[in-house]
Amino acid sequence: MNAGIAQLQMQFRDYTISLYQQGFLDDQFTELKKLQDDGSPDFVAEVLLLFFEDCVKLIGNMARALDKSTGTVDFSQVGASVHQLKGSSSSVGAKRVKGLCVTFKEYCEAQNYEGCVRCLQQVDIEYKTLKTKLQDMFNLEKQIVQAGGVVPQVDID
Amino acid sequence: MAEVLRPEKLEMSNDTSSLASPELLHVLAVDDSMVDRKFIERLLRVSSCKVTVVDSATRALQYLGLDGENSSVGFEDLKINLIMTDYSMPGMTGYELLKKIKESSAFREIPVVIMSSENILPRIDRCLEEGAEDFLLKPVKLADVKRLRDSLMKAEDVAFENLMYKRELEANDVYSQLKRAKI
Repeated sequence: MNAGIAQLQMQFRDYTISLYQQGFLDDQFTELKKLQDDGSPDFVAEVLLLFFEDCVKLIGNMARALDKSTGTVDFSQVGASVHQLKGSSSSVGAKRVKGLCVTFKEYCEAQNYEGCVRCLQQVDIEYKTLKTKLQDMFNLEKQIVQAGGVVPQVDID
Repeated sequence: MAEVLRPEKLEMSNDTSSLASPELLHVLAVDDSMVDRKFIERLLRVSSCKVTVVDSATRALQYLGLDGENSSVGFEDLKINLIMTDYSMPGMTGYELLKKIKESSAFREIPVVIMSSENILPRIDRCLEEGAEDFLLKPVKLADVKRLRDSLMKAEDVAFENLMYKRELEANDVYSQLKRAKI
């Protein structure tokens, strides 16, 4: 067997496992992978793309709603966007983003401005970090396929 | 029997089942989240369902022709076997959609499943009381859809068997009548 492919496969496996272990992904991401097959080989990437677009849009909404220069802050408006982001992050298995949204939502309900601003900054960093990590993972997959190998199924226990 | 009795002569309907096709459940999915729409659509396709996805309760009502406007889809062509709707949606909620469907004579028999990210007991109770078939906690899993599909297919099988049995009784009845009339 091509040593190059085997090495790439091992790299991919280790990297994927680390994403779960470090809490970036949870078992809902595994559910997404179950829905991907030869007929829909890019399904996971497509959903994640929609998710990251959602992040940009919703975080923009939150930032605008938290902008004091436009008047008093409408925490329910912020909360509505947080709720939506919580939903979509939950659907794709973006565990850290989802966790931040839970905290963020509590700050909204408590009408805690500083808490909200902090969460906003953190959620922005977090989704961007996840995006980079997943891009690295997809790149590894691509390299395996280009080398003529098969992307291994990674079992997370 | 020496002669084959043609269905039209006996005035029997050719519609053997209410399924869109013998194997496929046609599901109408309603969700305002783009991510969730993509997800549920794939989930249902993988589970051998035909899927129509809309982004709001209003659009769902339009599709079903329940919005008071003339819709392009005739009731005869529209065979929906299941409606899955998100609970929290801007404008009309999934709960309000559920109520409208149960109020409609054309669609009240269609099972409606509510999906929600929030595990709020009074909310669940209210939906079930209003006639929801099931309440699924998001994120929805493949296993949830499989379970749903299995229970619906089973209900369809039972309904189908009952229909076939009824037909058999009718056919036997007609045959005896014809025999007596010496046709």
